[in-house]
Amino acid sequence: MTLLEGLRSTPAPLPAPVPIWHVEVTGEEWLAAARSVVAAGGRLVALWGSAADGLSVAAAYVIHAGLIWVELPLPASAPVYPDLASIFPAAGRMQRATADLLGICASGSVDQRPWFRHGAWPADYLPLHPGAGACEAGESIDYPFVKVAGDGVHEIPVGPVHAGIIEPGHFRFSVVGEKVLRLEERLGYTHKGIERRFTQLPPLEAHRLAGRISGDSTVAYAFAYCMALESACGCAIPERAAWLRALLLELERVANHLGDLGALGNDAGLAFGLAQFSRLREEWLRRLGEDFGHRLLMDRIVPGGVAADLDGPAAARLARHCDSLEREVRALRDIYEGHAGLQDRFIAAGRVTPALAGRLGLTGLAGRASGHAIDLRCDHPWPPYDRLAPGMATHRNGDVAARVTVRFEETQESLRLIREILGSLPNSALRREPQLPRGKTRGLGWMEGWRGEVLVALELEDGAIRRCHCHDPSWQNWPVLEHAVIGNIVPDFPLINKSFNLSYSGHDL
Amino acid sequence: MSAASLSAQFLDIVIALLLAPLLTGWVNQWRARLQNRSAPSLLQPYRLLHKLFHKESVLAEHASPLFRGAPYILLGCMTLACAIVPTLSTDLPLAPAADAIALVGLFALGRLFISLAAMDIGTAFGTLGARREMLVGFLAEPALLMVLFSVSQIAGSTSLTTIVERLADQGPAIYTSVMFAGVAFTLVALAENARIPVDNPATHLELTMIHEALILEYSGRHLALIEWAASLKLFAYSGIGLALFFPWGVSEGQSPFAVLYALPVLILKLAIGGFLLAVLETISAKLRIFRVPEFLATAFLLAVIGMLVNNLQGH
Repeated sequence: MTLLEGLRSTPAPLPAPVPIWHVEVTGEEWLAAARSVVAAGGRLVALWGSAADGLSVAAAYVIHAGLIWVELPLPASAPVYPDLASIFPAAGRMQRATADLLGICASGSVDQRPWFRHGAWPADYLPLHPGAGACEAGESIDYPFVKVAGDGVHEIPVGPVHAGIIEPGHFRFSVVGEKVLRLEERLGYTHKGIERRFTQLPPLEAHRLAGRISGDSTVAYAFAYCMALESACGCAIPERAAWLRALLLELERVANHLGDLGALGNDAGLAFGLAQFSRLREEWLRRLGEDFGHRLLMDRIVPGGVAADLDGPAAARLARHCDSLEREVRALRDIYEGHAGLQDRFIAAGRVTPALAGRLGLTGLAGRASGHAIDLRCDHPWPPYDRLAPGMATHRNGDVAARVTVRFEETQESLRLIREILGSLPNSALRREPQLPRGKTRGLGWMEGWRGEVLVALELEDGAIRRCHCHDPSWQNWPVLEHAVIGNIVPDFPLINKSFNLSYSGHDL
Repeated sequence: MSAASLSAQFLDIVIALLLAPLLTGWVNQWRARLQNRSAPSLLQPYRLLHKLFHKESVLAEHASPLFRGAPYILLGCMTLACAIVPTLSTDLPLAPAADAIALVGLFALGRLFISLAAMDIGTAFGTLGARREMLVGFLAEPALLMVLFSVSQIAGSTSLTTIVERLADQGPAIYTSVMFAGVAFTLVALAENARIPVDNPATHLELTMIHEALILEYSGRHLALIEWAASLKLFAYSGIGLALFFPWGVSEGQSPFAVLYALPVLILKLAIGGFLLAVLETISAKLRIFRVPEFLATAFLLAVIGMLVNNLQGH
């Protein structure tokens, strides 16, 4: 049985705790592979370019069996590949970013506007090219937003500087009265050259950079990077380290869900919710700071294992904290669900139907709230999730209320998982230092963070990083937000936006 | 016009100007306490005014004199409104200048100028805020008028001082119509003062703002005047509410001591009112903006029912 129809060469499995294959394809196979992924009901996770070993473009697809990393080498004279955006709409912005960073373009794509290039570098400068040195600032770009014409239609430009302290992003609303006809996002304001910085760092230290891509997902990124590095080195981690990594991932999930639930109440005008959830989150972070030495758990996951351990009394304390937190979250859930004013704001706001979610490739938490049962911890459970049997929280309504419900249920499920893990932590070493291989190797990390699936693709050569691509689920979900607000009213946008809570930093890199 | 009444009028204005930020601070303090947050000092609004008055005012390049003048007009309107609301004494020389109907017009005048100023500089948020402010205003004004009419029917006059005198003289009596009017007035007061559930005075989300969006471009002393005017408006509305529904304790005589006796009563009543406002704001979420017309239509309807009840009972 072939993994994917239309491929001549056989995909090679990579050593990783989740099923991952790699395959090199030709131009015709590139499109054939994409079509057979659609036919098999699969989805696109990421698309990126590389100049590590000559120019190439790569795509990561998920089909039933697992993840396939498809790579298409490109000639330096004509770095052009067949467009995927017509098959997977989510590919559009990734293709535009690839064109900005490496100059490799999708032929026949409809949208060829720059995405990351805001004028910080000239049009002919390619920041990710190995030979790229310093550069002068380019000319600032008059970005052509799509115009909406009609009687009474006007535009509201919002950002990138906002009234609150949040990350920068520009939102261009076309409205009639209060009703939103179209929203167009412009991102890339926090582009800081992380992918190039990776190539300047030793592989065994770059997990610290990965942990700083997006502060709210520091565990997920460090985890995915270390998984990629261990996959490239072909090394396995000790059992206790695997369990502690899962513990850290769930602790991060709980912290973020608590923060979001409070912020969602606040954005609907219920400051009581924010005060309560902020208190719970703060107590939680203090507990983590005390037990693991860092409130946000930065740098606790290291190549080959973990850098933090939990002794018996600390584990018992954390389990008791979970018990009391669960009670309080349940009480607050009753308040949220019984509050007529709050539910009136949540229900039917920012609806993404399951059909639309499927077409656009909505993923992660927002995808689960729109009827797409995707959760790596359940679909391809790696140790210790294979022993824990995590439950998946899903909802079919796809509105703000559904995303709130999924957050509540995932918080409760994560608290259960944390207590299970604490009760059955195996005894072993915490770390086994990976041996960097000679020659060219590649590895891939693929991980369910709190926002959705995080992916890190790593190419090593003689103990140095040649290319490290990090992918945030926000890439898939930002474009869906544009659809979610259509037909809603302008003052509901902050609430809808918060219910997705997408990353700017993780997207802009 | 006696010296006593002049001093009562003077005291009325000074007390309003001085106490209004304190009322705002009191409400904010209770809001924080009810949300289990540690509360800011009662004096925080004064510190804010002090800070803003000492800061430079930055003006948009295209701002016309209207933009600069609007904060002064707004503060003037609100001060005059406080001057004719009998909070301490009913013997106010300025009171005949404006009755309850003119009072509504005074609020409308302030609203008109601040909305024009918001549109003057041509930012998207100013226009957005002005549009929403007008949506709230044109629905709140008729409801407020209806409330004032139903109470003035009982007193037989639209002059606020006369209403207070008549109602206070009758002693505590329960009028069905006044109860309807009281609920309607509470709804209108919430909407007019940009409180939850209609607007959120604490929000940082520019797309959801009403009052805050209007004044986003103001800074320095202009912003200080607007903040002060907002406090005065809340004070004036509290004063109207107390005058119409809890008029007891306001001094009626010519004696200056009566005014001194009325002051602690006023402070007590404001403290209770401010606390209840904070409770109301804590337990409510903000309405979706298109529910605001329903909210204010309810206020209008209640006020109309109040008036009908009044006529049927034949007062």
